Amino acid sequence: MTIHTRMDDADRRNRLDDMAQGVLSTAMDRPDGPLKVSGRAPYAHEVQPEGMLHGVFVRAPRIGRVVSLDDAAARAMDGVETVVTDDRLLRNPAQGTANEAPVQGPREVFYVGQPIALVVARTFETARAAALSVGVEIADAERAPVAPQDYDSPDKKQSSQGDLDAAMRDAAVTVDRMYTTPAHSSAPMEPHAAIAEWDGDRLTLRGSLQMLKFNRNELADSLGIDPKNLRILSPYVGGGFGSKLGVAPEAVAAAIAAQETGRPVGVALSRQQVFEATMRRSETRQRVRLAADAEGRLTGIGHDAWVSNLPDESYSEPVTQATPFTYRGENRVIGHHVARVSRTCAGSVRAPGEAVGITVFEIAMDELAHAAGIDPVELRRRNIPDRDPTKDIPFSSNMLAQALDAGAAAFGWDDSRPAPGSRREGEWMIGQGMASAVRVNNLAEAKARVTLNPDGTALVETDMTDIGTGSYAILTQIAAEMLGLPPERVEVRLGDTDLPPGSGSGGSVGASSSGSAVFLACQGVRERLAEAMGVAETDLTLKDGQAIADNRSTPLGDVIDGPVEALGHIEPGKTSKAVRQATWGAYFAEVAVNSVTGETRVRRMHGTFAAGRILNAKTARSQCLGGMTFGIGMALTEELMHDARDGHVVNRDLAEYHIPVNADVPQITVELLMEERDPWTNPMQAKGIGELGICGAAAAIVNAIHQATGVRVRDLPATLDKVMAGLED
Amino acid sequence: MRTTLTINGATHDVDADPRTTLLDALRNHLGLTGTKKGCDHGQCGACTVIADGRRINSCLTLACMMDGVEITTIEGLGEPGDLLPLQDAFVRHDGYQCGYCTPGQICSATAMLDEVAQGWPSVVTDDLTGDASLTDAEIAERMSGNLCRCAAYPNIVDAIKDAADRTADQREAAE
Amino acid sequence: MTPFDYDRATEVTQAIDAGRIIAGGTNLLDLMKLGVETPDRLTDINRLDLKTIEEHQGGLRIGALVSNSDLAADARVRRDWPVLSRALLSGASGQLRNMATTGGNLLQRTRCYYFQDVSSPCNKRDPGSGCAAMGGATRLHAILGGSEHCIATHPSDMAVAMQALDASVEIEGRDGARTVPLSRFYLLPGDRPDIETELEPGELITAVTLPPPPPGRQTYRKVRDRASYAFALVSVAGIVAMEDGRIAQAALAFGGVAPRPWRDPEVETALAGREPTAETFDAAADILLRDAEGHGGNDFKIPLLRRTLRAVLTDLTTEG
Repeated sequence: MTIHTRMDDADRRNRLDDMAQGVLSTAMDRPDGPLKVSGRAPYAHEVQPEGMLHGVFVRAPRIGRVVSLDDAAARAMDGVETVVTDDRLLRNPAQGTANEAPVQGPREVFYVGQPIALVVARTFETARAAALSVGVEIADAERAPVAPQDYDSPDKKQSSQGDLDAAMRDAAVTVDRMYTTPAHSSAPMEPHAAIAEWDGDRLTLRGSLQMLKFNRNELADSLGIDPKNLRILSPYVGGGFGSKLGVAPEAVAAAIAAQETGRPVGVALSRQQVFEATMRRSETRQRVRLAADAEGRLTGIGHDAWVSNLPDESYSEPVTQATPFTYRGENRVIGHHVARVSRTCAGSVRAPGEAVGITVFEIAMDELAHAAGIDPVELRRRNIPDRDPTKDIPFSSNMLAQALDAGAAAFGWDDSRPAPGSRREGEWMIGQGMASAVRVNNLAEAKARVTLNPDGTALVETDMTDIGTGSYAILTQIAAEMLGLPPERVEVRLGDTDLPPGSGSGGSVGASSSGSAVFLACQGVRERLAEAMGVAETDLTLKDGQAIADNRSTPLGDVIDGPVEALGHIEPGKTSKAVRQATWGAYFAEVAVNSVTGETRVRRMHGTFAAGRILNAKTARSQCLGGMTFGIGMALTEELMHDARDGHVVNRDLAEYHIPVNADVPQITVELLMEERDPWTNPMQAKGIGELGICGAAAAIVNAIHQATGVRVRDLPATLDKVMAGLED
Repeated sequence: MRTTLTINGATHDVDADPRTTLLDALRNHLGLTGTKKGCDHGQCGACTVIADGRRINSCLTLACMMDGVEITTIEGLGEPGDLLPLQDAFVRHDGYQCGYCTPGQICSATAMLDEVAQGWPSVVTDDLTGDASLTDAEIAERMSGNLCRCAAYPNIVDAIKDAADRTADQREAAE
Repeated sequence: MTPFDYDRATEVTQAIDAGRIIAGGTNLLDLMKLGVETPDRLTDINRLDLKTIEEHQGGLRIGALVSNSDLAADARVRRDWPVLSRALLSGASGQLRNMATTGGNLLQRTRCYYFQDVSSPCNKRDPGSGCAAMGGATRLHAILGGSEHCIATHPSDMAVAMQALDASVEIEGRDGARTVPLSRFYLLPGDRPDIETELEPGELITAVTLPPPPPGRQTYRKVRDRASYAFALVSVAGIVAMEDGRIAQAALAFGGVAPRPWRDPEVETALAGREPTAETFDAAADILLRDAEGHGGNDFKIPLLRRTLRAVLTDLTTEG
């Protein structure tokens, strides 16, 4: 049986609150934890079939057209099996949910570092040496510039209401500033990898991928095979952050090489290749205009963004995604401008859009608070709109005020607006800053199958992935709660395209979408049990393997004599348009800035977040910690540097692309507003939380630097040189 | 070339290209994939193993250099159902998310606690001639050679403190 | 990594005129994987008896194979040469310090992005090919001592402290042993940035010697882009002895700013005998930076070095 729900209406039943097992929302340990801490969780490159060959990419050293590839030395090496230059090789990874092949072909080089051939050898050592030995001759060809120059402004990405110019003219207080954020790399700890193995015309691919149902179609389309003949396995993914949304060059190359050689082939990117041949977040230039009355109430908002991408990529960083609805202001202009460049492909990096858009906007809001002489928390409170001010639709829920108040209290926010530079400890200048957190909320189609056995065990199956987000944990909890089972009696199988297609992990939709599918499947199982008991499903209580109804408590084994199976199927519906759905939060940070060197240390950081029903308090908190730490990196250290002459990524390793280390991160605190239920989102009243923690986090730090020093950094990251430049000699 | 490696108390004869790093020998020749490759250049710590009691980056040593050295990998520290206190603390404190850096974190922390016990200072130790203590700042500095992009750092610090406290309690109880 | 023959030296003589020396391997293997280093023979010296730290003429003799960890943790170093201990502890990570050796650390190669990228021209890696850092990204690069052919910096922290401590390098070659003061060990790039030290082909570093502990206070201050596990943008090793409210003598070495651990005797001369005032420190900084030249991305190092030097001198001349 299939239980299918389209979210066309609010679901206020709050069914999960009627359940009795008491495991949902708790801080349950991850069931996959023991495998991970003992090194026994198998990632993509770790189930190596007998006789597997190793493939290593040859990188393009410059842009243009490949004239010749001299692989004689490589082929002469003992152990080299083949050099793959197939036309199906990918230029760059597919964008998230593309569902089809990205641009293909290794002859036309669009960015430095593009993989243009795969050397396949019996050992990794030979393949690596052989790949480096390949001589590449590249001729000039017509290409986009290596740095953004000319921007297009697509009509459908511009919007305007009211008269912003007039609002700016008439305002008591205004801000009109340009800001820049650099390109970022997801830099997951597990480099992208794939192992391909053919059995006749059937291909099995072990990959490090986030969205398998799309990846299957993307890979099949890239190879020119029927998706039915393709199985992808991704049971454990060593981090993704957007960089593994779409199928990528290593998967396609491994599959082609395995076909050519008749042997399984594994390809793992080097860290340098992860930096230059997976997705980057586009650099942005942003102009923010704010017009406010004397009390700080916004009357006008302007937000223009300039971003870049390779030619023939439809994706562009949706910088202004949350600008239409976060704050009030009847006059509003939003602009979006895209340049074509010959650089590493731009795509999703954790919280595309808000990560950089809200961050910049919240720096501008801090500037407005200072200009207006209003406490930054109070300024935000005064500007929370009653309805989505652009679409004139209600919010499904708006928890910004609660998050601001709770966060300020938890952090001990000083609302006395101390003068910048007024607090000192020796060489260190101390300051506090805050910012709002906002992220749009979405639901994606997802299916899951749940099987309840008479022995009181259950199996949950979907091709959903767990990229560290806690899918194994929350799907276990949802099923355990709905079926009244101790969590250890529930097994969750993920990351296999032979299982019902879930949502995949991306855009913070995974938990609520795949979770809803599991919820619905469990509802189907409950209906079968209720039928067997002769009661209504709503009158059935399941707890600890017992079915309870009409004052009778019966072991499950006495209710059913065989496995009961149901498929859950959730689809987004009218609620995605009828109301504005978002998640909310607030960040608070205290920094110490060294008055000699400009070095910034984050001393304290706190976030309060609301995301509907929280499914696991432990994993949700960890997601927020992770997001806020990304924010520390964005604020202080992370910048993908492109060489001005050929656009190549200069700092393509973890020594020079500075993701935060342990010592950069204080004991961050996180508060989750556990009581929120958002009926418009899905039958669980839950929302995504995987990206919320980064959407503005960096602004709290940059704003704190300003309060500590009086230095306003508008060009992120706030590296010591930029801060020092504004400090006293 | 042939090398005899001693790993988790067992000896293994490995016949591999001299270019094979210890990390690749573990992963590609011995099936010990608990040790992770994150950067292959000593810039992330995912490949951390313990060699003669000391934590090292297995990506920056050749397998053929390691004969006669006692190597401990994550597989030698504890398994599901029989985890060591540190591994158990990582689970309880959610000292990971994707889990890819985790074996390196745990091997690193295991040896790091020994370094503290031996009184080794760190760069954040105020008095180089005094004893090393296990403050949050000390743990964070000493664990900074293990990157975690999921950024479980606060939980990692908590897990290490928790495990160290428990070990100390057990030691006191035994005395 | 191109194929190589591997052998192992069990006597120092076997490591002279041998293959490319590998000890800790942390830098060499890193560069071999990138194709920057392509030795056809590797000689592993880890079994040589060069792992002891012994007292020597009132100072220390540190075997070339003493690990960075062991050296940093040595009770004598912590007590009498804290600048060295701190410099070591500020470098790399716990794992790398366990592997990296004293001799190897001295010979660490630059972190210049273009040196490490074999598709970029680099006079250090491929003499005569040009310098891609000129006109490129230069955040890591030198403001002192560079040439039009190379502006790469030396990345070591340890060597900066040793430079301030007047250390010497003991070298064995086919003609016997010799000792080279660290002050003369490193060469400036000039038109041959590929030749970095006085070490002749086939020679082996066997030890570093430290003279007796210098009088005064010592510190090592490292300024970098992360709180830990990052190379220095600027570092200062400082040793200052005070007498009657004046600077009796100062030894100062600088990292992250030059092709070698930088030391400028004129800076120290300008401080000797002076009162520790802001004017004195600024005068010293003026001398240090008299020929400093930025290349765009590293312009900030000029004021940063000035500020850091002043802070270090303030710290070392203030009782507290």
